[in-house]
Amino acid sequence: MMKTAYFPGCSLHSTAKEYDASWRLTSRKLGIELQEIPRWICCGAASAQVTSHLLSVSLPCRNLALVEEMGLDTVITPCAACFNRLKVANQEVAENLQLKKDVEEVLGKPYGGKVTIKHPLEVIVKDIGLEEVRKMARRKLQGLKIASYYGCLLVRPPKVTSFDDPEDPQSMDNLVTALGGEALPWAFKTECCGASFSLSDTDIVFELSGEILNGALEAEAECIIVACPLCQSNLDLRQKGIEKRYGKKLNLPILYFTELLGLTLDMNVRELGLSKHMVSPAKILEKVGFEI
Amino acid sequence: MKDSPSVEDRDLEPKSSEGKAKIAAFLCKWCSYAGADLAGGSRRKYPANVRIIRTPCSARINPLFVWKCLEEGLDGVLVSGCHPGECHYTEGNYHTRRTFAVFRKLLEYIGIESERFHMSWVSAAEGDKWAEVVKEVVKTVESAGPNKYFSKSEEAHG
Amino acid sequence: MARIGVFVCHCGTNIAATVDVKKVAQAAKSFPGVRFTTDYRYMCSDPGQDLVRRMTKEHSLTGIVVASCSPSLHEKTFRKCTKDAGLNPYFCEMANIREQCSWVHDDREEATSKAIDIVRLTAAKVRKNKPLQTAFIPVEKRVLIIGGGISGIQAAIDIAFAGFKTVIVEREPSIGGRMAMFDKTFPTLDCAACILTPKMVEVSQNDRIKLYTYSEVETVSGYVGNFEVKIRRKARLINEDKCNGCGTCWQRCPVRVPSEFDMNLGKRKAIYVPFPQAVPNVPVIDREHCVYLSKKKCGICKKACPFEAIDYEQEDEIIEEKFGTIIVATGFTMFDHSIYGEYGYGKYKNVTTGLHFERMLNSAGPTGGKVIRPSDGKEAQKVVFIQCVGSRDEARGVPYCSRLCCMYTAKQALLLKEHNPGAEAYVFYIDIRAAGKNYEEFVERVQDEYGVTYLRGRVSKIFERNGRLRVKGCDTLSGAQIEIDADLVVLATALIARPDAPGLAHMLHIPYDQNHLFTEAHPKLAPVETVTTGVFLTGACQSPKDVPDTVATASAASVKACGLLSHDKLPIEPQIARVNVDICSGCLACKDVCPFGAIEKEEIVDRITQEKRWVAKITPSLCNGCGACNTTCRPGAIDLDGFTEEQIFAEVDSLVAGKGDEK
Repeated sequence: MMKTAYFPGCSLHSTAKEYDASWRLTSRKLGIELQEIPRWICCGAASAQVTSHLLSVSLPCRNLALVEEMGLDTVITPCAACFNRLKVANQEVAENLQLKKDVEEVLGKPYGGKVTIKHPLEVIVKDIGLEEVRKMARRKLQGLKIASYYGCLLVRPPKVTSFDDPEDPQSMDNLVTALGGEALPWAFKTECCGASFSLSDTDIVFELSGEILNGALEAEAECIIVACPLCQSNLDLRQKGIEKRYGKKLNLPILYFTELLGLTLDMNVRELGLSKHMVSPAKILEKVGFEI
Repeated sequence: MKDSPSVEDRDLEPKSSEGKAKIAAFLCKWCSYAGADLAGGSRRKYPANVRIIRTPCSARINPLFVWKCLEEGLDGVLVSGCHPGECHYTEGNYHTRRTFAVFRKLLEYIGIESERFHMSWVSAAEGDKWAEVVKEVVKTVESAGPNKYFSKSEEAHG
Repeated sequence: MARIGVFVCHCGTNIAATVDVKKVAQAAKSFPGVRFTTDYRYMCSDPGQDLVRRMTKEHSLTGIVVASCSPSLHEKTFRKCTKDAGLNPYFCEMANIREQCSWVHDDREEATSKAIDIVRLTAAKVRKNKPLQTAFIPVEKRVLIIGGGISGIQAAIDIAFAGFKTVIVEREPSIGGRMAMFDKTFPTLDCAACILTPKMVEVSQNDRIKLYTYSEVETVSGYVGNFEVKIRRKARLINEDKCNGCGTCWQRCPVRVPSEFDMNLGKRKAIYVPFPQAVPNVPVIDREHCVYLSKKKCGICKKACPFEAIDYEQEDEIIEEKFGTIIVATGFTMFDHSIYGEYGYGKYKNVTTGLHFERMLNSAGPTGGKVIRPSDGKEAQKVVFIQCVGSRDEARGVPYCSRLCCMYTAKQALLLKEHNPGAEAYVFYIDIRAAGKNYEEFVERVQDEYGVTYLRGRVSKIFERNGRLRVKGCDTLSGAQIEIDADLVVLATALIARPDAPGLAHMLHIPYDQNHLFTEAHPKLAPVETVTTGVFLTGACQSPKDVPDTVATASAASVKACGLLSHDKLPIEPQIARVNVDICSGCLACKDVCPFGAIEKEEIVDRITQEKRWVAKITPSLCNGCGACNTTCRPGAIDLDGFTEEQIFAEVDSLVAGKGDEK
């Protein structure tokens, strides 16, 4: 039993409930015991950085200090932005002792700096191992053509995230292959979806996410899997708007990789949260042998 | 491996001394000596505490020369050669580096202040660097005060 | 009984303005062994030098200290004066009170005190100086040229014209190097083969030039004037004397494999001549792919050869030759762009390099002069050129600029338009470096007359989309993001040192820098010499350069080589190490530290016990005088002439005098 702290972050408790649900369900099956950090706070995401550097480092560090208080040394966080912010903050205080002192003053408590931050994808591929996962899978993906979309925060900056190749990452693709799907080589794996411009300048998201969706279709994808709530939202929620803009039907279901994993582990479709998607995943569920 | 402790690292205060520190510097002719010449050509100013002895290669610098200087009461010694990989005699400075790594341990063991012995790699093109090296070395040596380690007088040993 | 003269120079105001030269001369009077002191305005001038000569004679001086500038400037000058005055020149030393004193200090008192110390320690050294004699070594009047590209070829031609014999050792089956691969050269647009082949032919026909192709230098020992070199002639499996280059063999060979000369864009046979104008026009058999050699089947070439020139049993031959000087002309290789994920990790077929493009442009090349997409052979209509791939990249490539790429990219864009006037060409650049003669005008022409679009910006990613390449970059001058759907992308990859360059450098005892480019003796004043006397550099192995600069350095190196060879014997600096066999314990720790292999063991009969024992033996002509052995020697049996233990300790003693308590 792998015991770790769990940091869902704001999105997983609201707009990305299905990511939270599917990860909780699948992680339990994989033998991971998640303990949600009591009274965790927002990681700061993009907003804190443009407000105050100290704030943007203190917010993640508070959560990391809480992990230490729990007596644990590892925290898993599915949201790519939370993952990135926790890792960056952890590295910055490790390298800059003065900053660490300032942060501890803000927190009002010490931070040992010994917490390891992991993303569920990393845990699945490195800690559990794809061979184990392959054995556990009850349903195979029947050669389902999947474009794995990593987004920009998971693999950059490479020295901080130190997880997979920044130009052509393979971990999600390898997971797809292990589960019996066809991992498609395509060019937009790490291109930005438009992120939080979804609200402030939606046009940008239409363009950038539009490119990604088109790229996936060109690669003959039947669906795209993602690892970030905002990516999911931009590609799924905004798909109708993109279709209107480009005058072309896309109909590409966007799933969290944890949902896909959950399907192969034969879990309940509704419990995984698949009914919450804007673009219906019905046709791929059919392919894998499910009913929604 | 950082070759010399610096004042900045240790937050040292220059101690009071009777008169200026006297420092011997053994320089290889092809790189460091030429670099020092270039510092002169560029009119880079630095403290006048250092007396240079020229050798063909830093490998020629016998640790006994350095030892003699410290034993006879010079306050500091600097050994400087070509950057590793750029030795005029291709390998000499590798031997220098190894020899003085061991020598430094000896000084440590005996208890001679680490601020008194320095090594640097200065190329013939690095006049500015030579001036900076001298400034740094003088500051560090002076922070350790006058060299009384081998002095026979009682007051010297407090 | 020492009689030392001290001459303190004013150097106008260079020294005198800061250092009280009269005080220094006065203080020197009290130094041990000093019998005469004076000061003078300009010691290096004629009257100054004359002063040294006259005073040496007048005062019967046995040692001279000139306190003035750096010995690197005038040590030779004053040693010559000393010699002219009848005294061994090695009794003269310089005290550097200018570069290392008056020019770097402000305080007159401190500077003067330091100058006095410097003169004292120099005088102390001179007291221990010994008379040293310059030795002479004979000179073998032949030059070895390693590398048969344009630089090696030009050097050989120049040396032969000067009347000396030379040998070119070239690793490939033919000479010609990279230039033989080019289509046309900038800025004249001469056909590369047309200007190169006459030189190649000249080399093959010149009596004074010997060509060893498909050969490599295996070991080098010795020293200037007397290099002993082992050359491995690899077995071509063809008897060069019998072969007349008819080509029957390779026409009949059934095996086809990718051709290295054509950058794997075309094929060659297992028995092949790399290109039609090869010199010598003798094929070579590729052991790996020859069916006869691997499976004992076929053998068609041997049967077909009208001259019975093919010999499957032929073995490598080791040749030992002696040379007076060596010229290194080993050239360069190209940076491997497959480390760049943004350009596809080398997996995209239609992302190629400048050399690939060059082979395509060449009408005798694998595509017959058509610029095509390697993926499907269709003619490329839209080509994107990206400059600085690997160059100027401290993080993942090399930090330097490769010098040629701006020019050859412009040339290639121009030639693309000439081959296919309807084609579109885009060049992404950071800067345009067109510093040679007519280079700037050439680039302007390419932009104005040929309509090649130049975009100042980098390419962030190349995608494969719909069978084409989507190139995403930017144009910083207009501030726009640029997306181009290209057929072909040509990367101007960096020119880098060959992977075996460090090995060759160690063989020749020459230094190389952090980029593995061979180091010149002085970047400004001695660009073709190395610090190892007798070994010279030419061409790109020293730093990336274009053909005109390469030819210039080749001619420069040949003059330097001929200069050495024009002597019947060469003087060597007597700054060498000596072994006192009475003290030597025979541990030979010195042998391991000598960078020049100058020390070996020798059996002697001990003077006292009359028994045989081993001692170290130093070969004077191999010793470069570094002193590593001197420092390493535990019993203290080795001493370095010119920088003996006595001399240096004398300097140390004079420094410490007056410091520390009475003992």
